[in-house]
Amino acid sequence: MNTELLVSAEQKKHARNVGFGYLGLAVITLAVFSRRPGDAGFKLTESGTSLTLPAQQFAWIFGIVFVALAAAQLLRGFGKLSSVVLSLATAVFVLSFLSWATAGESFSLVGMLQDTVSRSVPITLGALGGILCERSGVINIAIEGMLLAGAFTGAVGASLTNLWFGTIIAMLTGVFLAWILAVFSIKYRVDQVIVGFAINFFALGITSFLSFRVLVPNPDYNSLVPVMPISVPLLSKIPFIGQIFFVQTIFVYFSFAAVAFLTWAMYRTRWGLRTRAAGEYPKAAGTLGVDVIKLRYRNLMIAGAVAGIGGAWWPIGTVGRFDQNITGGRGFIALAAVIFGRWHPVGAFSGAMVFALAEAVRLKIGNFDTGIPSEFLLMAPYLVTLVVVAGFVGASRAPKAAGQPYDEQ
Amino acid sequence: MKLELRGITKRFPGVVANDDVNLSISTGEVLALVGENGAGKSTLMNVLYGLYKADEGEILIDDSVVRFTSPADAISAGIGMVHQHFMLVPVFTVAENVVLGIEPTKRFGALDIDKARQLVREVSDRYNLDLDPDAIVEDLPVGVRQRVEIVKVLMRDAKIVVFDEPTAVLTPSEIIEFFSIVRTLIASGKGVVFITHKLKEALTIADRINVLRRGKVAGAADPKTATEAQIAEMMVGRAVQLTVNKKPATPGDAVLNVQNLSVVDPDGRKVVDDISFVVHAGEIVGVAGVQGNGQTELVETLSGLRRLNSGQITLDGKDVTHSSPRDLHTSGMGHIPEDRQLQGLVTGMSITENLVLTRYHDGMFSDGVKMKWPKAKEIAKELVANYDIRTSDPEQLASTLSGGNQQKVIVARELSRDIRLVLAAQPTRGIDVGSIEYIHEQIVKERDSGTAVLIVSTELDEVMALSDRVLVMYRGKIVAELDPKKVSHMDVGLYMAGSRPTESAGAKS
Amino acid sequence: MKDLLKSLRYTLLALVASLLVGAIIIVITDVDALKSGDFGKAFSTVFNAYKSLFQGSFWGVRSISNTIAGTTPLLLSGLAVSIAFKGGLFNIGATGQMLAGGMTSLWVGFAFDGPGWLQVPLAVAAGAIGGAIFGGIAGLLKARTGAHEVITTIMLNSIASFLVLWLLKTTLFQREGRPDPISKPISEASRLPRLFGFLDGRVDLVAHAGFIVALLATLFYWWLLKRTTVGFELRATGLNSDAAKYAGMKTKSLMVIAMLFAGGFAGMAGATEVLGTYGYASTSLAGNIGFDAIAVALLGQSSPIGTLVSALLFGALQAGGRSMQANTDVPVDLIIVLRALIVMFVAAPLLVKAMFRVKSQVVSQGQTFRGWGG
Repeated sequence: MNTELLVSAEQKKHARNVGFGYLGLAVITLAVFSRRPGDAGFKLTESGTSLTLPAQQFAWIFGIVFVALAAAQLLRGFGKLSSVVLSLATAVFVLSFLSWATAGESFSLVGMLQDTVSRSVPITLGALGGILCERSGVINIAIEGMLLAGAFTGAVGASLTNLWFGTIIAMLTGVFLAWILAVFSIKYRVDQVIVGFAINFFALGITSFLSFRVLVPNPDYNSLVPVMPISVPLLSKIPFIGQIFFVQTIFVYFSFAAVAFLTWAMYRTRWGLRTRAAGEYPKAAGTLGVDVIKLRYRNLMIAGAVAGIGGAWWPIGTVGRFDQNITGGRGFIALAAVIFGRWHPVGAFSGAMVFALAEAVRLKIGNFDTGIPSEFLLMAPYLVTLVVVAGFVGASRAPKAAGQPYDEQ
Repeated sequence: MKLELRGITKRFPGVVANDDVNLSISTGEVLALVGENGAGKSTLMNVLYGLYKADEGEILIDDSVVRFTSPADAISAGIGMVHQHFMLVPVFTVAENVVLGIEPTKRFGALDIDKARQLVREVSDRYNLDLDPDAIVEDLPVGVRQRVEIVKVLMRDAKIVVFDEPTAVLTPSEIIEFFSIVRTLIASGKGVVFITHKLKEALTIADRINVLRRGKVAGAADPKTATEAQIAEMMVGRAVQLTVNKKPATPGDAVLNVQNLSVVDPDGRKVVDDISFVVHAGEIVGVAGVQGNGQTELVETLSGLRRLNSGQITLDGKDVTHSSPRDLHTSGMGHIPEDRQLQGLVTGMSITENLVLTRYHDGMFSDGVKMKWPKAKEIAKELVANYDIRTSDPEQLASTLSGGNQQKVIVARELSRDIRLVLAAQPTRGIDVGSIEYIHEQIVKERDSGTAVLIVSTELDEVMALSDRVLVMYRGKIVAELDPKKVSHMDVGLYMAGSRPTESAGAKS
Repeated sequence: MKDLLKSLRYTLLALVASLLVGAIIIVITDVDALKSGDFGKAFSTVFNAYKSLFQGSFWGVRSISNTIAGTTPLLLSGLAVSIAFKGGLFNIGATGQMLAGGMTSLWVGFAFDGPGWLQVPLAVAAGAIGGAIFGGIAGLLKARTGAHEVITTIMLNSIASFLVLWLLKTTLFQREGRPDPISKPISEASRLPRLFGFLDGRVDLVAHAGFIVALLATLFYWWLLKRTTVGFELRATGLNSDAAKYAGMKTKSLMVIAMLFAGGFAGMAGATEVLGTYGYASTSLAGNIGFDAIAVALLGQSSPIGTLVSALLFGALQAGGRSMQANTDVPVDLIIVLRALIVMFVAAPLLVKAMFRVKSQVVSQGQTFRGWGG
């Protein structure tokens, strides 16, 4: 067989798409971001060290960088480096967007990124719950329901007892919903998407119902003092980075640990090997004596536990109470993060970061006067996600057996 | 060790797959279990392996009853199985596949992949299987995947090894190699159950032959005395024609002309490598080759389903190099695809709907907006009658049909159109003898009416019996063009394996 | 027909089962009763709640009118999810498509000054087109780049809601003298006629001709699936896209077509809400209907008749739920719980049968959504 580098017709098309994607970024940068003169001030630390970028000049530079990237991509491509180039390009684009939006003013970059990391918690944990299920062959649409129910019981549990107990109750709630998902989809072989959605509706209904019927007349069931951020010794002293990643609540550290642990477990342990086999080709595992049904049950319950803790983030990690539909669709965002991250914990984590950044930017950006209606700025993160997913990520490879009930016979 | 099945009966809704089957096998012998597709061989072995629960009957090991509720039980009792469809996770490495279920671990359940590699190397060296533990399974040729399956079984200390249709995907020389592996196994004190529908092979390797027909044991045969015809009759219940009846071909003008075709797959492998050939009207050209040597991609490219990288294809003189499947259909190409479940049929639709699947857009069935269902139903009734499709009602779902009848639906649909060329990929894979004979007959009839036929099959017997000319594909190239009447199976097999017979008597090129 | 009766019977049993579970939930969440041990009161709460649930959905013209009004957008957006499922796509974007369609119909509704017989169909058609274009984007992205529709439709929902927020603050759309994002009212001629208009003076009968639009759309959906060539292609693609490709169908174009139709249906849902229910547009125009639509499609197994029946059922529950909340202290959110339970029970015939000891063959169900695909 030939050893020269061969490219299939489909790959050529994808490479072209990516190239045009870079060209699109170049056009936006040059046509829009270069329109505003002034310096953009980014506060890099709480104390006030800041970075000042001349917005217009930067837009020109970045625009030219994108044109170069597009040309390189269209002419010869980046080969193995393409995903690295892509993430760098996205980061540069976000930076030029921010410098454009901030031109003439200054704002706390560190504060916004800190907020991003905090907001990524439920999305990350929800996505890990999704990965745990889907890697073992069960589609988990019910992440939203697990987060919401976890938020509710977490709030009540913590209000009545203490924060630890509340978190544990939230975790058990997730486990319970996951158990329902498991019984219906694995045992009764009901369509996994149907059960998942039914669980979402159930969680939405029951938490709203209970908050009216129980929490409103008994406000002390829904009132607690959330956890405080903890500064990690040494690490939190790293300039810029330390403030963003290491002055956070325990939920954030838990989610970091969960991502790292799951990545290790999925690719380096016996359990991971079996789980991935169950998601790709369950019969291969089943005929070797692995109990696929039991494995799926167990993994679903673990997924529920993780998502339940993700739900507890709302009352215990931030606002200190439960409100109706407090999750507001973050479970679906988590699902999007799973697909975005190609069913890999680290990929999903970066997806969660992107979506959380979108939220943080959204909350911040209303304050800027850019001459463009604020709604368009608010919309921008979603548009960028759309462009990134469409132009760059494209079709991703899901675990093959996800969605299919397993027939032991 | 002695293993015995007594009075095994297994029913599925509507069928009795095994009916009071008795069977025994001891270590040190090869038992061949023969029967045509659908006779119940695989069901029986799945019962033995704990995958199915028998409705009646029992399993005995060394005269005491055992109960298998899962493959884990069968494995620990010393039974190993190499399935017809390999039970390998395509994205895993050889080592990962082999140790799945019995993983060596370090602390905290961490996989000891070095130990796994070493185990694979040990077993593979001991039995001379030559495996790279770090190769990704989906990159391996089929013959090597089978060796991975064998290592899986050996690693679990199986005493009795069941091979389900192991030779279906092998070249003749690989089959010989496989037989020597079987002999090594017997010599090291194991017992082998060899399930097959290829009688020649059963006669070659088996110590005893048991014949299964429609779920029942139809008899036993002694390989030293029995003939192929005798066993075939036992298997089917009537005298079987072992060859295809056909007159010499009278080739006409070139219909399909392929020049310098190359195709690269998404992983960057050149799967079809500079192929040129011609198929004339009124002749059957067969493409022989071991599965995975580019035949699938060749057929997909010819039928417009895959983009090509370079080359030219003409159909009846018209350039169709970049034509869509639809254009090719309307220019007179019939296509019997490789996998009827995945490509050939929409099993969730009715038989009628499937019978018009490739020509529903025709003026006869559609006015451009609306479907003319009464007309479609009428034609469907005709096709069901003309092509011997066994169903009570063509409005039933295609999934209710047996494999043979599903394949007849596809054959009926494709051959009944106005066509100049038929591409038939694996036209008889996994179906019963009656349906095979019928489909072969139809293909020869199509040739005699002046259609050009290209058959791609990994069943060498089928290619040799049907074709007027044989092309052999190896690693994406056509390595030989042969006359099936002048060349032996063994020689074709050598080409299929990439080597060359010393005296190439039958080779034209 | 026999199958239809059978599935109706299951739906009915599932309904009874979910009402039972709902009753248990009402009782065990009655904190006062739990504290005092007075369960008699709790049981009478259940009785009264279900009584007003039933009365609020079917008893009298007003209830029926409310049910019809609730059913209309659910049915149309349910069709939007159903047709996507039929084509093998998971449309979570009915919300965004409703918003898009609502805004285009709104514009026709206030910008032109034609007679009603022209204005109404024009505005509804504008809604369908607006929704179709918005839905088509997701289809196009999937067809051209493989971007997964679950991600793109969720993103498009957010984009739509910000677009609407912006539009409602432009001088073109915003009502004069209002600081908040509320649109100008549509012209009187553009209003969908009220169904019970013949009962003079009953302004509380809110059902409007949007229901007729929805029924016609359902009929169209049936015709499209069963009678047309495109419908045949859509079903084939949804069931087995490899076979569809083999058969020469343009599966990528079909993705776009499925999403165009889906968006069109959802757009009409937005249009009937604007033209029939509100008479103007606000940011809460689509509410949760886009998500409820998923439940409608799942319960109806994406079939035309199934979608109709489940939309009616959900519409009735919604109407009854409001009167339940008004008359008793049971919150309307119980309805969401009941919906979830019904979907679950209907999807698990084995479980319902075990509960009611029904003896019959298991109804086998196809899968709505075949994994994540590529």
